[in-house]
Amino acid sequence: MNNQTTVERKSDRELVVTRTFDAPARIVFEAWTQPELFKQWWAVKSMGMSLRSCELDVRTGGGYRLVFNNGMAFFGKYIEVTPPSRLVWTNEEGGEGGPITTVTFEEKGGKTLLVMHELYPSKEALDAAGTGAAEGMGELFGQLDELLVALERRTSN
Amino acid sequence: MVQYTNTHLDASFAALADVTRRGVLEHLGRTEASITDLAEKFNMTLTGMKKHVGVLERAGLVITKKVGRVRTCKVGPERLEEATAWLEKYRELWAARFDELDKVIEDLKKVRPRP
Repeated sequence: MNNQTTVERKSDRELVVTRTFDAPARIVFEAWTQPELFKQWWAVKSMGMSLRSCELDVRTGGGYRLVFNNGMAFFGKYIEVTPPSRLVWTNEEGGEGGPITTVTFEEKGGKTLLVMHELYPSKEALDAAGTGAAEGMGELFGQLDELLVALERRTSN
Repeated sequence: MVQYTNTHLDASFAALADVTRRGVLEHLGRTEASITDLAEKFNMTLTGMKKHVGVLERAGLVITKKVGRVRTCKVGPERLEEATAWLEKYRELWAARFDELDKVIEDLKKVRPRP
């Protein structure tokens, strides 16, 4: 059984995701910072996602850019890189007012507690991101629906 | 199993754990009502209904407005479905990512023995 992922809206402006991994922090950190490893899990194949490109220049001030096959891009820059315990980056695809993401890797007894904290500039920005995320996911499922409808039509003809 | 630790959702779910409060919310979904109307409809004392409405109000599910001596209740801005829908989708996305990450980590553990 997989470890539990929890999401908590800590305040009007903050969202916190937590998860424990059965590995030391240096390994979890590596999977977050090596592009060829990162893209293996960040674009979830079972959800129909795949990345066209994944560039991570993991150092303070370095940039990152992730582009999905449908052209949707996520980019920003690393503000802090402290192996193997802390990563902080900006999210600039939405223009001004993107959240700041802080990921901490806390090792305890060979396991790692990962905490991903997203701080938005305002409550409105977080609410809008929620709507955007829901729409983005909706779009993804919409594409799948279209595909299924097309397949169904083909088999019934 | 889906388990939220979202405090906001906790308040919503706690508010909805009670059958009367679910009934009140359903009723308010159709029409606005005063606390007196609600107390009558649900065969309760005014004090009892005030408590239920208070719980729903704190969860953001109901808003009330006092006009003169009458307190009117209506469905609040916190549309439960919307609130749960996107947070749950967001959680599902990260849970799926982290399950994939587990696999990457398992492979890494094999090639990166403890130094």
